[in-house]
Amino acid sequence: MNIVVCVKQVPDTEAPIRIRPDGSGIDESGLNLVMNYYDEHATEAGLRLKEQFGGSVTLIGVGPERTKEALRTGLAMGADEAILVSDVALLGSDHLGTARVLAAAIKTLPHDLIICGKLSTDDNAAIVGPALAELLGLPQATAIAQLEVDTSGGTVVVHREVEGGVEVLEVPLPALLTVERSLNEPRYPSLPGIMKAKRKEIKTMSLADLGVEVPSVGATAAKSALTRLVPPPKRQAGRMIEEDAEKAVAEIVAFLKNEAKVL
Amino acid sequence: MVQSMVREFASREILPAAAQLDHSGTFPQEILKKAAGLGLMGMLVPESYGGTGMDAISYVVAQEELARASAGVQTIITVNNSLVADPIARYGTEAQKRNYLPGLCNGIRLGCYCLTEPSSGSDAMSLSTSARRSGDEWVLRGTKVFVTNGVEADVCIVYARTGPDAGARGISAFIVEKSFPGIAVGKVEKKLGIKCSSTSEILLDDCRVPEDNLLGEPGIGGKIALSTLDGGRLGIAGQAIGIARAALEDSVAYATERLQFGRPIGEFQAIQWMLADMATRIEAARLLMYRAAYVRQQGQRFTKEASMAKLFASETAMWTTHKAVQIHGGYGYLQDYAVERYFRDAKITEIYEGTSEIQRLVIARNILKTRQ
Repeated sequence: MNIVVCVKQVPDTEAPIRIRPDGSGIDESGLNLVMNYYDEHATEAGLRLKEQFGGSVTLIGVGPERTKEALRTGLAMGADEAILVSDVALLGSDHLGTARVLAAAIKTLPHDLIICGKLSTDDNAAIVGPALAELLGLPQATAIAQLEVDTSGGTVVVHREVEGGVEVLEVPLPALLTVERSLNEPRYPSLPGIMKAKRKEIKTMSLADLGVEVPSVGATAAKSALTRLVPPPKRQAGRMIEEDAEKAVAEIVAFLKNEAKVL
Repeated sequence: MVQSMVREFASREILPAAAQLDHSGTFPQEILKKAAGLGLMGMLVPESYGGTGMDAISYVVAQEELARASAGVQTIITVNNSLVADPIARYGTEAQKRNYLPGLCNGIRLGCYCLTEPSSGSDAMSLSTSARRSGDEWVLRGTKVFVTNGVEADVCIVYARTGPDAGARGISAFIVEKSFPGIAVGKVEKKLGIKCSSTSEILLDDCRVPEDNLLGEPGIGGKIALSTLDGGRLGIAGQAIGIARAALEDSVAYATERLQFGRPIGEFQAIQWMLADMATRIEAARLLMYRAAYVRQQGQRFTKEASMAKLFASETAMWTTHKAVQIHGGYGYLQDYAVERYFRDAKITEIYEGTSEIQRLVIARNILKTRQ
């Protein structure tokens, strides 16, 4: 089975995020960048299928040169190959632009299954996966929490956690899946894996290599633009009411009525 | 990437179990199996013998991360890597390498290092365990003490006297399997720290060792022992820095949360200065360790550098954990807080693989030698 996993590099969720003074984005200096956690689960899913059915796992990323570090993490986990699409013309692309680039690159690869994270932890949009499926004309299932392959029928059976229950879908291959973190426990890259990944070449492609027209991606094609990034408001300290029960209840009721306006 | 992998492994698989392993003194079998699966048991062994062929800097980086989570677990791993797999890889015959290294690297076997004896500690080259020839075997007789991994190990590097020469020249090294006749585990020691690793006596009562299990030439055992310890000391430096970093990280967190006189204690200069000194010494120790590892991977002699790194790092660990307990006050004296464990674990780093006094002796000899 030929599996393609889409990988994004994002700030480590444990790192403190600083916003640039002009609000145009986050300050990346000294920021620890990692593979998007959901993509680790997507990579793990791909590797397990490869171990079960044979084939290959190819990682694909879109972004600046530094994105290679995230791809290398996936190679160290055991992926066979990695491709980076990198081009200055991609600056300012929106999610749809990224999906267009991925679609163009994936068209050049054999693919039975494309696996993406459900979302990326930096901007929580959950758009690229579904958009990519549409652009490639493939069936899709999003946010899957369980995955089984029926090789005889050439289908995958997936479970999605929905309000009040589990939705079970059968999807014909080739298809695109986006995965939940509950799907699996990603493996650690092993030291031999890290050594091998160091030696592997990551193929870099430009938009020209893929035959993608510049006006269809990048800032000019973007249907949405980031206006401003602001830090969340500081959490206010809680208010303690230190009265005896009777007075305290009256005070809480007054607060809920007059200030919180929920009564 | 090595650092982030080992850090994640250590914080997810080792750290949550560290306090419990310390209290119960249980050998961390499951953790070691996972560590072996990731290639952490044979980091310095070439890939062709089942190791991961990492450079010396990656090795010490990994040791620091492991010890940050548990110095006890890291002890078991560093002994297997530095003191057993490494000398076999460097001095072993092709057959010995094929026979022992893959198992030591993949976690099927575990190694221990039997040098110290009841009356030869710092003066290791005065050891008295004897090895005499009998047909195509060597017969070993003596008692080894303070053997890390002594209980669980199945491959032991044993140093014994094969010739009449006194001192280092009469010593040879042997690879002894626990299954050979005449080797037994003696007293299992109760320790102050690194409790989940075992420390025991190894008794050699006319233990019969095939001649093929002589490691290196006869009479170079002293050289093997000392050069192996150079590498071992890098692992201990990593351990000490890991412990010290744990103490610093916990202290920073505590100083931010603990309120006294209406504010976090981290706002008081008394605490700030301690934290600043802890952080500075750790950074200096780490640079000494990286430098020693760098000299090693350049293929140069690194005895002095390894001793400097081990000496400074272990004294930093002791000093830093001492301050960490002080910052935590009464809570630092309780088993509920990890600094109490760091404090106990730190002490061994000033003692084993050469006490601080021996490190100073090694450094001084190396400095004075240049004048001769």
